[in-house]
Amino acid sequence: MPELSPEEWSALVLSLQVGAWSVAVGMPAAVATAWLLARIPFPGKALVDGLIHIPLVVPPVVVGYLLLLLLGRRGPVGAWLDAHFGISLAFTWQGAVIASTVMAFPLMVRAIRLSIEAIDPGLEAAARTLGAGRIRVLATITLPLAAPGLLAGAVLGFARSLGEFGATITFVSNIPGETRTMPLALYTFTQVPGGEPAALRLMILSLAVAFAALALSELMARRLRQRLGGGS
Amino acid sequence: MIHIDIRARLGRFALEAAFDVPTDGVTALFGRSGAGKTSILNAVAGLLQPTAGRIAIDDVTFFDSTARIDVPIPQRRLGVVFQDGRLFPHLTVRANLLYGAPRDPTLTAEPPSFDDVVALLGLSPLLDRRPPGLSGGERQRVAIGRALLMKPQALLMDEPLAALDGARKAEVLPMLAELRALRRVPIVYVSHQMDEVVRLADTLVLVSDGQIAAVGPVEDLTSRIDLRPLTGRHEAGAVLRGRVASIEPEWGLALIELGQQTFTVPATDLAVGQGLRVRIRARDVAIAVTPPSATSVLNALAGTIVNIAATDGPHVDIRISLLDGQHLWARITRKSAAALRLEEGCPVYALVKAGAIDRHSLGPPPGSEDEPA
Repeated sequence: MPELSPEEWSALVLSLQVGAWSVAVGMPAAVATAWLLARIPFPGKALVDGLIHIPLVVPPVVVGYLLLLLLGRRGPVGAWLDAHFGISLAFTWQGAVIASTVMAFPLMVRAIRLSIEAIDPGLEAAARTLGAGRIRVLATITLPLAAPGLLAGAVLGFARSLGEFGATITFVSNIPGETRTMPLALYTFTQVPGGEPAALRLMILSLAVAFAALALSELMARRLRQRLGGGS
Repeated sequence: MIHIDIRARLGRFALEAAFDVPTDGVTALFGRSGAGKTSILNAVAGLLQPTAGRIAIDDVTFFDSTARIDVPIPQRRLGVVFQDGRLFPHLTVRANLLYGAPRDPTLTAEPPSFDDVVALLGLSPLLDRRPPGLSGGERQRVAIGRALLMKPQALLMDEPLAALDGARKAEVLPMLAELRALRRVPIVYVSHQMDEVVRLADTLVLVSDGQIAAVGPVEDLTSRIDLRPLTGRHEAGAVLRGRVASIEPEWGLALIELGQQTFTVPATDLAVGQGLRVRIRARDVAIAVTPPSATSVLNALAGTIVNIAATDGPHVDIRISLLDGQHLWARITRKSAAALRLEEGCPVYALVKAGAIDRHSLGPPPGSEDEPA
């Protein structure tokens, strides 16, 4: 493959950066939510479950617009953040991270929740009889046994971030070097005359990144399986 | 004293259990599957919350609905051995064993030590392995070790042998009998196997349909005919208590003293003077009205018939009071009973083939204080 142009480099780096941050920001919350949903009975669980899944079922543009209304400079939360911390999310790469995280969150929660639900609650009960409090049970039994699900959740979240388009472009626009991730760059090239070769290159680059991420996750999953299931 | 007085509801199943048993020794909760044995054990462990009642061991109260006491599971310090072991698959055997080890140094210093547990249960070759690679017997041994090493106030065992085949059972059962030498704590043992109960337990709690049917020493309950439906028809029998009088190594036999009479069992790994319990199944006992001569049967115990319980089938169960006051059950055919004109008060000889007594029929005496503390 020929050398990458500065625009392509910028889009690639930005995509990876947004994806990594989305996973980093989203995972702790996703783990906590998944654990609550899988293990703790509480009233209104179905409602919480439904709310979390909203980004999966409404058009991304709607989510992006909702984020703009809430977190934009004049939005209730955005104005507050701006006034007290001088933080502005709209039209910044941090805003792109927020958009990606919201879109990826239900996928992460789902993968983690399934793997926690697959753990025999008897093991956690046994740990409790052995004197372990809830935090210790979570840290030493539940999370290690859910590791494959944590990995799957992180990979799904990362992949979802790489592909995020609608919510991002609506919330933080399409600013080169700031919010123009690979899908946005690709879209931009298809909108200008003579942009097809560049769009094609970006498509191949996107595919390459996706395959690399999948291969890496498969390698890690194999390591985990060896550690969890592997005899002596 | 272990005090249990609880009511609980599990779906359509109602549990109502109240009994007191001595803390010194092994208490067996015995009954059919679904009788509520495990639920009682889980209530003690804190894994099941009773709707009302009280649970206490000596002066430690774990649950009291009127005083609003419900000690959280991790603070109960009760070592639970589950039927399925429940080892943590991602941890090595060593890490499993030490998972519940207390951090409090005074508790850490209490017996048994890590090395003692590893030695008794034969775990040293397994320490660096992980549970998925272990056999069923090995897993249960690790589970027992893990419960002991948390230095529990009591051991609660929920059919620890039920998932094992005969050979694995024979591997673990003798170790269970020796546990109390390592740590003198009350043991509550759930089982539906009478041979395990007789081998291990001192006190028997019969559980049936969510109720307690009877509580008492193992010998007493297993010889009561009214409890037969619960203690088991094929397992019908009695337990005799005696002391090892001598060993005959050339024959592989041991002579057990029962008052003035002796009883022969096939075993040599016993110490002279040691207390012993022998379970004798009713179907292994025959009756003679005159002293038998020229017979291969080694044991002929003199006694008197105290009652004859007819059953529906071709058999009768006959309770014989031996010279030293202990009781034995014999199951013979109605036809033989009629031919010999057996009736209450008849002096008879109870004939027991020594070969009918196996390793599983012998156990330590209740509250055995023979081993060094």
